[in-house]
Amino acid sequence: MSAGAAAPARRERALSEALFRYVLRLADTSLVLGQRLGEWVGHGPALEEDLALANLALDLIGQARLLLTYAGEVEGEGRDEDALAFSRDAPEFLNLTLAEQPNGDFAHTIVRQWLIDCWQLEIYADLAASADERLAAIAAKALKETRYHHRFSSGWLARLGDGTAESRSRTQAALDSLWRFSAELFAADEVDERMAAAGIAAPLAPAAERWRIRAAADLQAATLALPAPQPYPWHGKRGVHTEHLGHLLGEMQHLQRAYPGVRW
Amino acid sequence: MSAAAESSALEQQVWRLLADVPDPEIPVVSIVDLGIVRYVRRDEAGRLHVGITPTYSGCPATAVIRSATRAALDAAGYADALLEEVLAPAWSSDWVTPAGRARLAAFGIAPPQADPVRCPRCGSAATERVSEFGSTPCKAHYRCTQCREPFDRFKCI
Repeated sequence: MSAGAAAPARRERALSEALFRYVLRLADTSLVLGQRLGEWVGHGPALEEDLALANLALDLIGQARLLLTYAGEVEGEGRDEDALAFSRDAPEFLNLTLAEQPNGDFAHTIVRQWLIDCWQLEIYADLAASADERLAAIAAKALKETRYHHRFSSGWLARLGDGTAESRSRTQAALDSLWRFSAELFAADEVDERMAAAGIAAPLAPAAERWRIRAAADLQAATLALPAPQPYPWHGKRGVHTEHLGHLLGEMQHLQRAYPGVRW
Repeated sequence: MSAAAESSALEQQVWRLLADVPDPEIPVVSIVDLGIVRYVRRDEAGRLHVGITPTYSGCPATAVIRSATRAALDAAGYADALLEEVLAPAWSSDWVTPAGRARLAAFGIAPPQADPVRCPRCGSAATERVSEFGSTPCKAHYRCTQCREPFDRFKCI
């Protein structure tokens, strides 16, 4: 191959590697959050909320399956959705650090859900117009589901925040404790920049601004105080996680690790 | 019969066949009633293509629907038909057909339409939402304050 042909090929390979990582970030965030919500099944504060959290989990895991399948195709090494979900170790997971945080009480679960719902609303809305047709189709579908999720989480945020003294103090405490992970949502790195340059994803700054406006409005409706911005020390998107992810994967991957390749 | 008319007759036949494939969760409606079958067409080489779309990304019925559709095609002699999964445009509850809406209502599930939500049992508009989520991804939980019965509503999405 001539030197002239090698450079475009190298660029294309770099773009496909960045796309693989980008899709994995979206997929892993949905998968890990879905797994966390699944932990509520049988433990919800009321039957209706138990069902609601299970429904959110189902949608999220469905989105993760579509995204993981695509990631495997982009990578081109024969890994399918199951191989990617059940055979990677924690440092290979690229989910937002927020998604892996433990359920805590119902207020923690609602605040975590609401923060990620608001993030997905912006990310999926932009991706629905992506130059990548496959991602655009997945995002357009996921966006409809996410609007439904946000109605649930913002509704509970208002009910809890503007509720009793107990529900209010617990929800404010959840917000204050989880807010430090929110800086990661829109912290752009070289993967995001490459995606934006290729027209696959939109630049993150405008989405971050829309996210801030929506979050402030929802918090105002919930009569909760917006926490102060905090420095950005979290790197789940780069595979550096809190200790909680390993425990989650230990449970989620148990069967495939104990009996590799086992099928129903 | 011309080639075009023959193609169209074949497509009609396959649509009728798929109208007998029930939804695994709500068996009173078919996959055609729910708007899951997106197209049936014959390409220039004579190959039959059938497009189906998932309702919700995580709906567990999707895999069952795919295999039931495949089985119905195979049993009717269309083993070489290509079954294709279509993601775009995303499925909408607007695609549930008028016949499907009537069947849902007769079964006791309020069909997906704008407010007011009417009780499928007594027809009253005096209803309230219990939960935005229900026993399957496509349903929400309501109750009638007139006849006091709980019921499912097909979610609008």
